[in-house]
Formats: sequence, C-alpha cells, structure tokens
Amino acid sequence: MKTNEEIKAAIEAAVPGAGVEIINNPSPSAQHSLLLQRETAFAVAQFLRDDAELAFDYLSNVTGVDWLDKEIVEKVKVKKTVTKTVDGVEQQVEETVDETRKHVEPGYLETVYHLYSMAKKHGPLILRLRTANRTDQVELPSFTPIWRSAEFQEREIFDLYGIVYTGHPDLRRILMWEGFKDHPMRKDYVEPDDFEYEPTAHDAVLKRAQEHQAKAASAQNGGAA
Amino acid sequence: MAVDENLKIEMGKQGVFVTTLQELYNWGRRSSVWPMNFGLACCAIEMIATTMARYDLARFGAEVFRPSPRQADLMIISGTVTKKMAPQVVRLYNQMGEPRYVIAMGACAISGGPFKQGYNVLKGIDRYIPVDVHIPGCPPRPEALLDAFITLQKKIDAQSLTGENRPRHLNPEGQGEFPVPEQGEHDLEPPSNTLVWPAPMVIR
Repeated sequence: MKTNEEIKAAIEAAVPGAGVEIINNPSPSAQHSLLLQRETAFAVAQFLRDDAELAFDYLSNVTGVDWLDKEIVEKVKVKKTVTKTVDGVEQQVEETVDETRKHVEPGYLETVYHLYSMAKKHGPLILRLRTANRTDQVELPSFTPIWRSAEFQEREIFDLYGIVYTGHPDLRRILMWEGFKDHPMRKDYVEPDDFEYEPTAHDAVLKRAQEHQAKAASAQNGGAA
Repeated sequence: MAVDENLKIEMGKQGVFVTTLQELYNWGRRSSVWPMNFGLACCAIEMIATTMARYDLARFGAEVFRPSPRQADLMIISGTVTKKMAPQVVRLYNQMGEPRYVIAMGACAISGGPFKQGYNVLKGIDRYIPVDVHIPGCPPRPEALLDAFITLQKKIDAQSLTGENRPRHLNPEGQGEFPVPEQGEHDLEPPSNTLVWPAPMVIR
C-alpha cells in the first residue's frame, strides 16, 4: 500500500484544495491517520474508493470521538523592563520572567473511518473528520452514499454523539428511543439520578449514591418543615 | 383446611384418596405453568437449553411455551431489560391473564448486572412489575432455572384460596394492571413504580 504521504499527494492531485493533514499517532500502534476537510471530504472519499490503485472498497468501521474544550497552560519566558534599585541607584533593568499563559482550545466532535481494500488486499487507511464545534455546528458529510456499511454506524454516532450527517438517507436514532434528548456517549452527559438503591456501591457510584441520599434526605426534611 | 397427614396415608392404604380443594387447585396450577415464549438476551439461550431434552423442563409441566401473553402463566425475564424494551415488557405482563408469575433470570434482569451504570439499561425489572423468583448468575445455568422453577412451584403450593396469603387473582382488591412507563426526554417516566418497588434501605 502507498504510505500516508503518497496517499495525501494522490488526493491533492485528484481533488484540488482537499487540504489533507496527516495526524501521527505516537503510540506503539503507530496508526497514522488523514484529517479531511468537511467541504471536500465527500469528493476525497469518492476518489479513495474509485481510484484504480487505492480502491478502498470496504469501510469496516465508523467511530465517534468527543473532544472537550482543552485548557492549555504554558510557561513562557518573557523579557521585561523592571525598575530596580541597584547599588543605591534606580535603574531600568531587563529581566526574563516566567509567565504562565492559559488559553482554551475549543473542543469538537470527531468521526473516524477505517477503510480497507478487498480488491488490493490492503489497509487500513484511517480518515478523520472534525466538526466546527461541539454545540451548534455539528454537521459532517455522510459517507453512506459511497459505502453503504456506514449507514447504521453513522446513525449510531448521530444517536450517541449528536453528529449530524448531511446526505444520510435515513438519519434517525438507532439505540435510544425517539424523543430522547441527550447524547449519552458525550463526555459531559449527565445520567439520570437513579442511584436510590446501590447495595454494593464503590468509587464514582458510591459518590453518586451518597449525593442522591443527601438530596433525598434534604427533600424529606423540607417536606416535613 | 388441612387434612391430617397420617389419616391421609392410612386412607390411601385402603384405596381412598383424600384431598382438599385447595391442594387440588394448587396442584393443577403448579403442574402446568406455561411460560411465555420470549427472550431478551443471552440468558434466553440458557432458557432454551433448559427446555431441551438434556434438562427437560417438561418434567415440571412447563414445556409449553406460549407465543401469546393471553395463554401464558409465567414470564421469564431472560436477559437485559433495556430502557427501550422495558415499556413493552410491562405491557406484555399486563396482557397476561391471572394467575401470572415472573421469574427474573440472571444478573441483568434482577439489577442491570454488568450494565447497571449504563445509560440504556433498566436497573432491574422489579422496578415495574412484581417478581416472584430472582435467579442470580451471568447467565444462570439451566439447573438454576430449574431450581427457580421448583421454588415457584413451592410458592404456588403454599398459597391458600382464602385469607391474607391468597394469590392476587383471588383478591378482588389485587392490582391487575401495572402502569407502563413512558419514554421521556432523559429517562423512563416514572423511573420506577414505587408501589411495586419501594427503594430498599441501604445501611452503610
């Protein structure tokens, strides 16, 4: 199989302005992936399937990932002019001071596709797609028109993460019921407070059960008073 | 009204069979408990194995799995009850005719089991319908289901036709229909039927 760099070059030659970015995986698995742009992803996917040499005719897996807003703290050395009294004389002295800077990297929702080629017997090629943010701009192009196997998996991600796939023929919830409002696999999902009976609770569950009991007790006292 | 055991044996030796209406009635009921033909998850495979020749549930008069709740006496909750499935399970229970019994089979059916903290799993079917026998196990072996079955038969045998201990279908005030939970925006509504299942006290 071509390397990711070669595939990237092939994509950029075939789809102008594709803007593919290689994301390296530093872990021992070393499964490097290609990050696609939302606007051109559909054309790129079509190319990957139809290209005679690549021929990725099999989409084996579609996954969702939820990346929360990340607060990054860095220490920066800054040069500053400070007024100081040196040897009884007031002077302007340049000093390097350590400064901690914080900035928030906005979170996003991500879809990961694993592609294989049955014809050429190679793979996997890993594609990533990212939404603009986690709240209101959660649209991504659907790959269902290209690989039918994406249909149920994209529905599942829509259900559990709330990514909206434009171009999906039948985007409905698949595991949870119609009328359910939350997306349970998001990291900020708050599960319903049904911890009234936890006979063998420990760790996080114990904490939730104790919170529930405290709430129930205060509600009872409030009702009595 | 009980017949003296010794008298019964003596008369039996003389070829006279003595019984009470209650005994006869309960004998008939416990010897033909027809389960409902439905399974929810992997426990259903063990339930099917129980009905097959090796374990042979037919020895207890329960080989007739009915495909309709109207003809069934026993509901074996065999597997994980998801929140999506729970209303249908309660509705099926409502559609069964009295007398009816419930066996909660396996860790999932009695408490949610390994999926207890999951977002989509009910923490035990006893939150909505009265359960007669709980069997732990993941999944329980067919022997465990047979044991639950014998336990249920003993329970039926011990029921009297009158008085406090009488079964629900002989009690005009007995509850016949159990509210079916609605699928709400975040959870089932209500999250449990407090009349059936008042949350047990946990002492820590």
